[in-house]
Amino acid sequence: MSDTARENIMRKLAAAVAHRPAQIPETGALPVPALCQAEKVEQLKHFMQSVRGEVHVVKPKDWVSRLQDLLRPRALKTLLYGPATPHGKTLAAGWPPEDPGLPRLVPYAAPVEDFKSELFQLDAGITGTLGAIAENGALILWPTPEEPRLISLVPPIHIALVDAANIYCNFSDALTAGSWKAGMPTNALLISGPSKTADIELTLAFGVHGPREVLVLVLET
Amino acid sequence: MAETTGFDFAKNIRHALGDQQLRKNFKFAMGSMIQKRRLVFADEDEFEQLRAIGQAIRTRALAKLPELLAQLEARCTENGIQVHWAETTAEANATILEIMQRHGATRMVKGKSMVSEEMHLNHFLEARGIEVTETDLGEFIIQLAGETPSHIIVPAIHKNKEQIARLFHGKIPDTPYTEKVEELNAIARRTLRQKFFDGQVGLSGVNMAVAETGTLCLVENEGNGRMCTTVPPVHIAVMGLEKVVEKLSDVPPLLRLLTGSATGQLISTYFNMITSPRRPGEKDGPREVHLVILDNGRSRILTDPQFRQTLQCIRCGTCLNHCPVYTRIGGHAFGHVYPGPIGEILTPQMEGLREAGVLATASSLCCACEAVCPVKIPIPGLIRELRNASYTAHPTGRVPGEGFKRNLPETLAWKAWEKINRAPALNAVVTRLAGLMGDKAPRLGPLKIWSRYRTPPRVARRSLHTMTRAQGVDDE
Ligand code: SF4
Repeated sequence: MSDTARENIMRKLAAAVAHRPAQIPETGALPVPALCQAEKVEQLKHFMQSVRGEVHVVKPKDWVSRLQDLLRPRALKTLLYGPATPHGKTLAAGWPPEDPGLPRLVPYAAPVEDFKSELFQLDAGITGTLGAIAENGALILWPTPEEPRLISLVPPIHIALVDAANIYCNFSDALTAGSWKAGMPTNALLISGPSKTADIELTLAFGVHGPREVLVLVLET
Repeated sequence: MAETTGFDFAKNIRHALGDQQLRKNFKFAMGSMIQKRRLVFADEDEFEQLRAIGQAIRTRALAKLPELLAQLEARCTENGIQVHWAETTAEANATILEIMQRHGATRMVKGKSMVSEEMHLNHFLEARGIEVTETDLGEFIIQLAGETPSHIIVPAIHKNKEQIARLFHGKIPDTPYTEKVEELNAIARRTLRQKFFDGQVGLSGVNMAVAETGTLCLVENEGNGRMCTTVPPVHIAVMGLEKVVEKLSDVPPLLRLLTGSATGQLISTYFNMITSPRRPGEKDGPREVHLVILDNGRSRILTDPQFRQTLQCIRCGTCLNHCPVYTRIGGHAFGHVYPGPIGEILTPQMEGLREAGVLATASSLCCACEAVCPVKIPIPGLIRELRNASYTAHPTGRVPGEGFKRNLPETLAWKAWEKINRAPALNAVVTRLAGLMGDKAPRLGPLKIWSRYRTPPRVARRSLHTMTRAQGVDDE
């Protein structure tokens, strides 16, 4: 069925575009604003906070202890992470094994088929990022085998690490700088804050299906 | 959804206009959506520049549609996404059913997709014993209510929280009555989490598909789209064949236009770009990804250079929000999947003028839709074209049902009008007669309907022609 469907559709489309307008308008581009790193950090902060995301700027060597300070008052039981990533290793190395005030680290080490029941019960997840976008405050994530897709989606709190040097002025800038088109990952994501909806009377509510809190640690030297 | 028979637009409109609650809900909602959009596009010049870019991207994609679709198919296939083609909605439904059956799947979780509405997919699958769960909050609400979307972006906007509270209380087991939006959300979250957990197949739409890389892009705020495309072992994406764009660099400007126009956001909470199923070593994500590319009349729309512009649409819904007709009658009155200005031009072309041409009458031609459309579709112009096509004496095959409204009295009336206006002497006599008798003429037929709620204008005693001449202008 689909072979003929394909042929029929293609035949009709080819006939249709025989009328192609002589000129296809030139696609312009908006100028990329020139921002310095401090401005980019400021913008990221501004846009994240405007949708209730939390942003903390920290020194790279301090982020684990800062994270602990941020998590203590939240009284979480578990924190999901990718044990084989560089930041995962730093995290594990700096995490006290038996501290009742801190969540227990849970590695995402098995395929989701064997891990799903546990995964859906966890309190928080931490991931790295490929950077962020100053223009709209979005984080850029390319999940990997070491840091799977569901870490940033299923637990109610998502913690993300952003290297201040990797904040791009806008999305186009990020695409070019990272030469995305040379090889797209299974899944690339932009995340601009906690999950939200305005489907009931346009009243904004957070944490519908994805995380209700997004906590960003910007690492700045 | 309105079936082809029994769609009575006038009756629907009367009904909607009489529903005070509905009108209040829409008036409030459309007003605030207009405000929010205005804030993100506050810089007029920048907006004009941006939408010229959007228009160029979409025009280029349509001009190269066959080659871009072939490229998309090739890239997707290389990446491991299985591509299916469907000429009709029936074929698309059958393809999806077949995939589900191959996996012995009986539970589907669904992200928001207007194309699946166009296919009446839920109805089709449910009739074959498959449990389909809409997971976008708005879609979930209307699925519980057994209704269809009344807006392409905020599908349950016709309901207020009291109505939703009653619905949840009545339809979801063990749910107390609450009107608190936070709590209603929590109820939906709880109910749907289990569905994501158990879902065997996830279905989504596609906001744009990038030919260059074979990437499917999805825009959403809730995270249900990510759930549907990541948790179940199989993901099926459905798209209208016009949704392709050529390059990855086309994505950022279109995304900005889409989220700005749709919800007044600089960017949605999530922008989800899917390029392949789970690769070796990856721990989650579907093992199979399917892409169903649907025609359903689009290839015919592409043939006509003017009507083709309809396919530039990125389904942002802002033309609905800005439409004075839509705001007063809401989406259901339109009786078809796509309401408002975009529906007025798209539906008649898909279903034919005889069935849906009447939708093109629901416009005051105020042109607000054209002024805000992020890809510059000349909607009012196309509405006029469709109105004309319903009466044309020279069908060209550009839209089904051309000339179906042509009738003798109207044809004769216009013939007479033409004769009178071409003969100056006759024109002078008739104009004088009109001046003398015009106000006394009986109001019959369309004139009667028209003047039921409006004060008919008085016909002047002397024509403008005579008056100017009397004032000494010889040749006006
Ligand atoms: S016609 Fe234009 S304004 Fe209306 S939904 Fe499509 S893109 Fe948006």
